[in-house]
Amino acid sequence: MFIRSTTALAALFLLSAAPLAQAADKPTDPQIAHIAYTAGVLDVEAAKQALEKSKNKEVVDFAKAMVRDHEAVNKQALDLVKKLNVTPEDNATSKALTEAAAEERAKLAKLDGTAFDKAYVANEVAYHKQVNGALKTLLIPSAENAELKSLLETGLKLFQGHEQHAEHVAGRLK
Amino acid sequence: MRTAPTASKRHLWIALALTIGAAPAKANTIEVTIEKLVFSPASTEAKVGDTIEWVNKDVFAHTATVKGGWEVMIPPKKAASLTLKTAGSVDYFCRFHPNMKGHLTVTSP
Repeated sequence: MFIRSTTALAALFLLSAAPLAQAADKPTDPQIAHIAYTAGVLDVEAAKQALEKSKNKEVVDFAKAMVRDHEAVNKQALDLVKKLNVTPEDNATSKALTEAAAEERAKLAKLDGTAFDKAYVANEVAYHKQVNGALKTLLIPSAENAELKSLLETGLKLFQGHEQHAEHVAGRLK
Repeated sequence: MRTAPTASKRHLWIALALTIGAAPAKANTIEVTIEKLVFSPASTEAKVGDTIEWVNKDVFAHTATVKGGWEVMIPPKKAASLTLKTAGSVDYFCRFHPNMKGHLTVTSP
């Protein structure tokens, strides 16, 4: 009886707590701006490593496109937060992304030639997939400001393009 | 006495206007806008000799690429064009963002 009621209480608590937890997990606009900006910076850093290491023309062209596009969209993001008077706020998601990217960079640093090219491009596919998933399911639905939401939507289309571009390059490296 | 020269001038203007008006009927320039990674209109019809002008409103570089065919580079915030030489129906896409797709139907004039 005691156990059962505790379980019931726990279930009740979970049920009622769920919407609260969701509300707490929902990132704020300053956090969303920080996550999106960080994701872009990290991909530019990955591309710069590829530009130093790769000799494959398609990989180099892809990396150049990543630097160009992510820098361009991040400039738009900076202009927007300035206009909205929003200060991007560091958060657990940004930190996790940054740590994972540092690990990946260290791993890639040990590779050369085709092994590097394949690993870099495979990670680009996975990375864009991950960021696009977050944009679609969490960041875009959570964004309060309409202009921020619109920029994130353009970002999603841009990064979906990058994902397909990376998949194309990966196919050519096989 | 002043009406005569004005009238003849008017005829000249009409003739000039007709010439300007008639010229594009032979070869048109058709504009395709690129905004937020979308070609619009997505599908374009043109005749051989027409020019397609892609106007890129994005801050990103795009291309209009036909697999195994032509490619037009369209720099950010700029326009680029292509004069159509052969009839046919082609799908084109942006090589940097392959999720951007367009279609072009070119008929003989």
